[in-house]
Amino acid sequence: MAETLEFELVSPEKLLVSEPVEMVVVPGAEGNFGALPRHAPMLTTVRPGVLDIYKGGKVESRIFVAGGFAEVNEERCTVLAEEAVRLEQLTGDVVEKRLQAARDASQEADTPAEKAQAQRQLAIAEAMRAAIA
Amino acid sequence: MPSLKDLRGRIASVKSTQKITSAMKMVAASKLRRAQEAAEAGRPYAERMGRMLGNLAGSVAGLPGSPKLLSGTGKSDVHLVVVMTADRGLCGGFNGSIVRSARIMINELVAEGKQVKVLCVGRKGRDALKRDHAKLIIDSYEGVGRRGLSFAEADEIATRVLTMFDAGEFDVCTIIYNKFKSAISQVVTRQQLIPFAVPQAANANEAPAGPKAMYEYEPSEEGILAELLPRNVAMQIFSALLENAASEQGARMAAMDNATRNAGEMINKLTLTYNRTRQAMITKELIEIISGAEAL
Repeated sequence: MAETLEFELVSPEKLLVSEPVEMVVVPGAEGNFGALPRHAPMLTTVRPGVLDIYKGGKVESRIFVAGGFAEVNEERCTVLAEEAVRLEQLTGDVVEKRLQAARDASQEADTPAEKAQAQRQLAIAEAMRAAIA
Repeated sequence: MPSLKDLRGRIASVKSTQKITSAMKMVAASKLRRAQEAAEAGRPYAERMGRMLGNLAGSVAGLPGSPKLLSGTGKSDVHLVVVMTADRGLCGGFNGSIVRSARIMINELVAEGKQVKVLCVGRKGRDALKRDHAKLIIDSYEGVGRRGLSFAEADEIATRVLTMFDAGEFDVCTIIYNKFKSAISQVVTRQQLIPFAVPQAANANEAPAGPKAMYEYEPSEEGILAELLPRNVAMQIFSALLENAASEQGARMAAMDNATRNAGEMINKLTLTYNRTRQAMITKELIEIISGAEAL
């Protein structure tokens, strides 16, 4: 088996994934990046998008993350996600509902803080739709 | 001297109280286990976030223009105190000790001439503080974590706090909550949230991992910090709420255990009195009969 790196995906509620993988592709703020073993240390923000876990030369699982942070160093890659769902668990209905809710919220938002929050939710929902499309 | 009937009634009522308290204890015990699991599940995130922050803060520390959440506003005139209590009572000294600590802190700050604002999370804290400091309370939250605590609830409170901070409504923010030590012991903790004090432990843990690695930052140190710090506020609030929830159940369990035991003691005492009274009455009746027979 090829060299692996420890991949950890953590949400505030729990530790979701912690396993050795060959490569992960993380949707970084400035573009997707693949983290392989012996990657240069890096810290980045994560935008809403799909995270691919590679094992045995192919994609083993795909997980949707709703933004967060990623830390990569030689032997590990840690992703702190605000929210994470396995892609196969996302269905069209749920996403559409969420998108609708986010749109309503951004319509109704008055204060700048509310608007910012609604914008973020909208971005997440749109990224979700793009992910399952 | 209470009559036999009174005593029987009292024994029955204490017995039913005991049943309730022991049921509450069972419920608290099972809730405690769940709360404890939740608190433990939240730890990895907090830990890793602390590590990242320690890392980042080290590299921007002392630089001019570092984010206000980290360096503060340079003043400490207005304090925001977030008091976290439970919504419900019957959990021993749980709410009382938090409120006491909050009161001491408020009084100290007021004595120093600072302006104090209070944000209450949990009904009990608000009710208790309303008596002395009604004017200081700006808002209160109720029913937080009634159906299992979610991060969204913590986020809501954090957003509120951050909005106020951005609007310059306070300089220093402290949260008061009960840290869960064990099922029978909780420690009231005051934790400064803003400006964020970088935990030294995070740096100490980093040290043995070899020479401090040079990190690349994407987009930039400041950019990441600007996102990470507000998340961290939410996370701190979330973990405080989790600790608090576990503590509440622990305290309730201990309090109900005590109550059940006390009720047991009371039943024993009452039963003893009941039996004595009963025997005394029988004796009295016998004496009456015998002395009546002798008089003939």
